Parts: sequence; C-alpha cells; structure tokens
Amino acid sequence: MNAASILPQLLNGLSSASALFLVSVGLTLIFGVTRVVNFAHGSLYMLGAYCAFSVGDLLASVLGRGAASFWVAVLLAALIVALAGALLEKLLLKRLYAAPELLQLLATFAVVLIVSDVVLAFWGPEDLLGPRAPGLAGTVAIFGHPVPEYDLFLIAVGPAVLAALHLLFTRTRFGMLARAASENRVLAAALGIDEARLFTTIFTLGAFLAGLAGALALPREPANLGMDLGVIAEAFVVTVVGGLGSIPGAFLAALIIGLVKALCIALGTVEVAGMAFAFPKLTLVAEFIVMAMVLAVRPHGLLGKPAPTPVGTPLPEQRALVLRPGRREAWVAAALLAALLALPWVADDYAVVLGTDILIATLFAASLQFLLGAGGMTSFGHAAFFGIGAYATALATKAGWALPAALLGAPAAAMLAALLFGWFCVRLAGIYLAMLTLAFAQIVWSIAFQWDRVTGGSNGLVGIWPPEWLAERTHFYAMTLAIVTAALGALAAIAGSSFGYALRGSRDSPLRAAASGIDVARTRWLGFAVAGAFAGLAGGLFAFSKGSISPESLGIARSVDALVMVMLGGLNALFGPLLGAATFTLLADTLARGTEYWRAILGGLILVIVLAFPMGIGGALANLLRRRSTR
Amino acid sequence: MFAAGRILAMMPLCALALSATAQPIKLGELNSYKVFPAFLEPYRKGMELALHEVNAAGGVLGRQLELVIRDDNGTPGDAVRVAEELVVREKVVMLMGTFASHVGLAVADYAKQRRVPFLAAEPLSDRIVWQSGNKYTFRLRASTFMQTAMLVPEAAKLGKRRWAIVYPNYEYGQSATAAFKKQLNAMQSGGLEFIEIAVPLGKIDAGPVVQAMLDAKPDAIFSSLFGADLARFVREGQLRGLFRDRPVFNLLGGEPEYLDPLKDEAPVGWYVTGYPWQAIDTPAHTRFRDAYQARFSDYPRLGSVVGYSAVIAAAAAIRRAGSTDPEKIVTAMSGLGFGTPFGPVNFRAIDHQSTMGAFVGRTAVRDGKGVMVDWHYANGKDYQPDDVVVRTLRPAN
Repeated sequence: MNAASILPQLLNGLSSASALFLVSVGLTLIFGVTRVVNFAHGSLYMLGAYCAFSVGDLLASVLGRGAASFWVAVLLAALIVALAGALLEKLLLKRLYAAPELLQLLATFAVVLIVSDVVLAFWGPEDLLGPRAPGLAGTVAIFGHPVPEYDLFLIAVGPAVLAALHLLFTRTRFGMLARAASENRVLAAALGIDEARLFTTIFTLGAFLAGLAGALALPREPANLGMDLGVIAEAFVVTVVGGLGSIPGAFLAALIIGLVKALCIALGTVEVAGMAFAFPKLTLVAEFIVMAMVLAVRPHGLLGKPAPTPVGTPLPEQRALVLRPGRREAWVAAALLAALLALPWVADDYAVVLGTDILIATLFAASLQFLLGAGGMTSFGHAAFFGIGAYATALATKAGWALPAALLGAPAAAMLAALLFGWFCVRLAGIYLAMLTLAFAQIVWSIAFQWDRVTGGSNGLVGIWPPEWLAERTHFYAMTLAIVTAALGALAAIAGSSFGYALRGSRDSPLRAAASGIDVARTRWLGFAVAGAFAGLAGGLFAFSKGSISPESLGIARSVDALVMVMLGGLNALFGPLLGAATFTLLADTLARGTEYWRAILGGLILVIVLAFPMGIGGALANLLRRRSTR
Repeated sequence: MFAAGRILAMMPLCALALSATAQPIKLGELNSYKVFPAFLEPYRKGMELALHEVNAAGGVLGRQLELVIRDDNGTPGDAVRVAEELVVREKVVMLMGTFASHVGLAVADYAKQRRVPFLAAEPLSDRIVWQSGNKYTFRLRASTFMQTAMLVPEAAKLGKRRWAIVYPNYEYGQSATAAFKKQLNAMQSGGLEFIEIAVPLGKIDAGPVVQAMLDAKPDAIFSSLFGADLARFVREGQLRGLFRDRPVFNLLGGEPEYLDPLKDEAPVGWYVTGYPWQAIDTPAHTRFRDAYQARFSDYPRLGSVVGYSAVIAAAAAIRRAGSTDPEKIVTAMSGLGFGTPFGPVNFRAIDHQSTMGAFVGRTAVRDGKGVMVDWHYANGKDYQPDDVVVRTLRPAN
C-alpha cells in the first residue's frame, strides 16, 4: 500500500461499511425492541436479492432494461420481504414471546432451513448475476483513481437510512412507543401500548431493511444460496458491537469493521522483524477480533446500555431450583441405560454407529445445558470447547499417546481454554456474553483453519482411529456409553452439589448470592470451565468415532446444533439433552436419506415441536408425568 | 439386416430379464448436494444417465447396478456416518462421490480403516492421492496440481515478471497458489515477484481486493476464485480496469458452472481450465452430449461429465474384478482403463490418480454468453510430477 492508494481504499471501506450497516440495522431494530434473536435475518436478506433479480427481470420485459425497472424492482423486493417478515412474526414468533427467549432462536433456525430449500427449489442452484444499477454503472475518477459510482451511492445510502431511522425514532409517536417498549416492556403494556401491533410493525420494518440490503447487494454480487449464512454472523457482530438496539451504534460498528477489513487487504503482506505477516488472511476473522476487543473494554457495546432482561435467562417458572434426580428419575435413567446397553443385540451395526453419534451429541448438549440452565450463561460458541477437545485428542494421538491419555487430554485442554475465555466472558451478561463466546470460538476456528503445520489447516487431521481392540463398532459404542454415562452422572452431581446451588444462586440473584458470601464471578467462571471440560470430552470421543477432525468441528454450525438440541429437549429437563440429541440426529439422518428437500422438512418438523412443546420434548414429558401423578 | 437389428435391440431386454432375479450391485454415493448444488445437481443427472446406460446394456456381472445416494451435509463428521450407513446397512460394494477436500480426505481415511474401495469423484486436493493417499482410494478429477500445471506453460510463455495472485483462503486456493509459484519459478528463470491476497471463501470484499491489486501494478494475474467470489471479482475488476492490458489466468474459470452465470459480462481473453461443452465434437463427447440433452432437455455441465464418468469407472472396476469383493475391486482399479466423454482414461497404478484431463483455453463472449475459445484438451497423464517425486510424496502402504 502506498499513500496515494489510501483514499480509494478508504472509500472502499466506507461502501462496504454502508452495505454492512444496511444488512445489520434491521437486525438491530428487531433485537432492540422485540429481543428476538432472529437467526433468519440472513435468509430475509437472501430473499431480497433473489426477489430483486426476478422482479427486475419481469419488469425489464415490460418496461425494458432501464432505471425504472431496476429501482422499482429494488423497492418491490424490499416490500415482498417485508411482507414475508410480517407473516413470520404474525404466524410464528408471536406465539413464542412468552417462551424462553432462546426458543425464538430455534424457531428462526428452522425458518433458515426452510427458506434455503424454498429458494433452491424456486430459483435453482445456479448463481444469478443481476444487472448493474442503471445510471450508476460506471466509475468516476477521484485523484486519478477510478471509483465505482455505485460505491459512492452506497456510501450515501447508509447515512441516509441512519438519518431516516433517527427521525422516525425521535420525532414520531410510533418511535416513542417503540423506545418505550424496548426500555420496559411491562410498563409500556400497562400504559396501554398495543405491544403486539408494535412488534409486528417493527419486525416488518426490520425485514424491509433486510430485503432492501439484499436488493441493493445485487449489483455487486450474484444472488446465491450462500448469502443467508454468509451475512448472519457479521450482522450479529455489528448489532452487538454497536450496542443492542442502538442504531447509531450499529452504524459506528459497521464503519469500524468495514474499514478494518479494507485496511487488512490494503496492507497486504508486511515484513515485521524478518517475519512475513499476511494481513489479508485476517479478513477471515477481522469482525470477531474487533468484537472481542470492544466487548473486553465496553461490556455493552460501543453505544449500548445494559440490557434490561438478559437473553437466555429462563422465566421464573421455568427455573429448576434443583436438578438433583429423585427416585422416579433414577428409574427412568436405569431403564434408558438398559435400553442403550441392549442396542447392539437388538439392532444392526449402523444403529450402533448412530447410537454412538447420539451419545456424543448428548454429552455435548448436556454440557451446554449445564451452562445455560444452571449457569444462566448463553453461549453461541460452545463448539470451541468441543473442537479444542477433538483437536487435543487428535494431536495427542498423532504424537503417539495411547487412547486413555489422549481422551483425558480433551477435557483438560478444553477446560484450560474455557478458563481463559471464561475469565473475559463471565463478566458479561446475556447476549453480550453469548456473542463474546462466539467471537472466541471464531478466533479459535480461524487458527485451526490456518495453522497448517499443526492443525492441518482447512483439511484438518485424518487417521485418528481407536486402537485395534476398539475398532469394532460395538466395542467403541460400549466404551462411549460407559464414558458418557459416567460424565453425565458427574455433571448431574456437580449440578446438585453446593457448587451447583451457588451457581444457580448467582444466576437468579447475583446480589443475594454475593451477600451470602458467594464469589459470583468466580462461581460463574468455574461453571463455565466445567461446561467447557465436558464439551471437550465429547469432542475427544467425536475425533475417535470419525477417525478425522476438521475446523468444522469448531464452527458456528456446530454451536447452533448444540443449542438446537438443548432447546428441543428442554432447557431444564433432566433428560433433555438425550431427547434433543436423539430427536435431532435421528430426524436429520432419516430425512437426509430419503428426501430431496430434507432441510425444509427438518425445519418444518422443528417448528411443529417448537409450537407444540415450547418447554421442549423433555419439558412436555415431565409436565405429562406430573399431571398424571397429581390426578 | 432388419431381423438382425431387432435381435440386437432385444438383447439388453433379455439381459434385463435374466438379471431381474439376481440382487442388484449397490454403489454408495455420498455428496454435499445441498451445499454445492450448482455443481452437484448436474453431477447427479450425469450419474443417472450412466446408470441407465450401464443397466440398459445388461448391467455388470449379469446384475443390475444400483446407486444409493446420500447427502453428507458438507461436513466430514456426517460424511463418515453416512459412509457407515452405506457400508453397514446398504451393503454397498464401493463408495464414491464427495466434493470438498476435507470431506474427501475424511472419507478416504475411512475407506482405508474399513477396507472399502472409494472413488473420490470431485475433490481436487493433491493430498487425496499423495500425502494422505491409500490403497483403497482412487480419484477421478484432475487435481489442483494438474490443472495448475496445465496453465503454467502458457503463463511462462508470456515472460511476465510481477504476478498478483488472489485465492480463496483454504486448501484448494493455497495449493493452487503454491503449485503455480513453484512451477512458474521452475519454467521461467529468476526474478519473479508474487503479491498474494487470500480472501475468505464466499465472502470476497471485491472492492478493496481489486484496488490492492491495482496498487501492486502487476504484469499479470493468477486467480483460483470460483462461484460467487469469481463473479464479484470479475465485475469489480472490469469496472476499475484491472484486467486492461493484463493477462489473467483463472483456474476452473472456464467451467460452465462458474462461467455461465456471468453471461455477457464473462471476461474476454482469460486463460482458464474448463469445459467447452458446445464445441467438443469427438465421437465420445457428441454421443454423451446428445444422450444427456435428450434425457434432461438441458446441456451438460462439468459436473455432469464427472458424475457420468464416475459411474462408468465404478462399473468398469467391478467388471474387471469379476467380483464384488472389495480387495479384488481395489486390485482391478489399479491401472484400470475406462471410457469417458473426454476420451479413454486410466487410474495410474503409482498414485491412483486418473488421467482424466481438462480443457485449456481462452474465454470469450458469444451471443451474450461466456464461452471458451482456442482450447485444447490437456491429457491428465502429461501433467504429473516425476514418478520419483510422486513416490516420495505418497506413503508406502
């Protein structure tokens, strides 16, 4: 990079920032007012791009390819997406406002699955390159550098949207009501604000902005099936870095991230003290590094205020004070164990393979349930510990360690990592904590992804098979069953110990807990480490069960899978992790085998479960048993 | 004459009737159908066509061939589970498929552990046949190394000194870049400079990347981008004049999967590897193209050729083995020759890489569509490292 190229790179950064702001602002809006963690925001964005493409094509056949058909298509696409958003809120999310807040994440995750298959079915697999923006298709020379006109247009659109939203929220009655509802939902409702209508309106507006962002992205990138998951993490980062619900904050955050990325690319490979450092490679995680740094200094984001109700905290009636199993639970556990023991005799070898997968997923989900349920700490990056455990086992095996030692290395390494990350994370609350765990997970992921010499880079490591005496599928299953049963027992014992009580006390009332002599921060920290260690053990087993390990084991998708399993099973249900893991694994396995659009069907089934059993399958079963016993 | 024709036409039917009593031979195909649909939907059609042809001609060993298709969800963990299901429950005689390199490598390792033949149809990673190569794994597509080697001679001819390289930041892009630098250095003596930009797969920030490349003032460009990244790069680069007076080399850039979406904005004059399906008029290809178009009312993509050839190769392997025994199939596959739409191909005994080649040429725009011109077929057997080198790369097992 030389001095002359700073200006064009600055403009590039600004236009990327503007595009990023457009994607994120709708999410900020929805999250700020309704507290819905809308995982489907990226899907709305993708839908915007595809709609703009098709509507544009349709209009072009009537009006010809010109400015009119292009801009009308952008507006219509955004309106179509707004309508889709309104339907999503009215038909689905409205029913879930009373449920634990993470359930909305599960519901919107299902929507992501459905939308991706619908788009594939409707628009086909090929990328669709839209037209350039008429009138803005060329470049202008700025100090001798060609700068695309469309970039300049985007640079202007961001602040314009910011200003419009600012006016809307400070100068109109609607804006006032929305702010009131986001500050204190209960009070606003008591004062007669029609919350339901307000939420629908806000959600529709947020969806409109997502659709607009997608439509405006079309001149720069083809409509493609990777758009949904491609932007969602980044949009969440912007929302959180800016501060929840703060629209100017989101703008600032987008600005920082856009500029940092442009700078990384502009710097290129730099030699520092004889070491070549390739800055462009940092673009893989730049936004997450920014987020980790911001949250370490400002726990509520750049312009955010402390969240009134932390996300993930169960409502009072859902809090399980004691997870210690009673006699009936002991009987159920014994029956389950007997059934699992009998599996190799009654089913074929593949059922055993599936059973191994389910057991490992159960342990992973149980460790997350401990963190979420007993600890009250939401994590979006729990896969970090699963993956660190898996890599530790893989590396130990490669170094010649025997299986028991390699397996013990997994929880040890994961616990160390959890102690390190936890030290930063437990000081935060709610969604900020969740996003900081995500940031750490992504940083670990990018290290595993790029450190070829040790982790095998994007390919990962292969040849991590158990020794001969465990190679038989049933043998490995038996070992997994023994270890997972012991680990689940230990986890339940920890949850029922005085430490478990201290942890729940710190969750429900930090003040009272501190007054009764509990070191709240340390208790949460240790709780975080315990959850990390058990996730690591699951990862270690995973590595041996698959014979290979890749960065995907640390990825966002795996963290989300764990959340899905916990919520499917029930946040506080004793057998929730097993039920959730079994349901999710069996459904995915069965559907993927027989049906072409299996993701949409899986999403649909998850929606049915969410709507029918908001407390999860485990919660529903427990209620059923309780009702029967009181009768 | 007439009667003879009728008898000939009936022969497949007789074979069909005979084989109806025998159990079909199952091939286990696993792939990331939902993650890479642009390549894999045509791939699936290609397999279907080959399966139809093999079975219409009487199947293999007097039995019908059956494909059991599974989605591996794009992750190695799921892929290994799916492979287990295919082997244990479906009792397939061999595994085939996979797209991404890390999934391909995981399944190859599984194949070695469980002693199942595995035909890695698409993954390009050099490791599949070299560093992580094993007795049970064979690979069909021309590897990253081979396809890079096909472009390097053209690049060396230009005598350009300063190269800007842009690549997706994962194994494929990294090995393409490394192979390009190494081979160009070997062919072109001294004084080469490389400026490298790694971009996250699927998330290229095209504006800053193109600007950084402009600032580097390179003499020429080498890219291994594909898909949506390529489209963004092309649009931004054309807008800012990056490609003016600069030769550009783009691995895979001529594959219909990635060239067609660019329509009339397809770059002109780029050196690419790819598949000019409209223009290849060898008898083998014409027959394949006609049959494909007749069956699907759509033109073949590169994925179609790969899927078709994979099934043909599997059928040939079982036929040559004369049995469905995995060890016999593996033995038969070493050095196995079979016909593809690109002409006859064989699996090299030394590293189990097939000699299937790729087409090398320049891009152009005809009738508002991107096409390849001035192309020639680069036979895969000619773009391999020395056998001595291959032996050092591949573990002996």
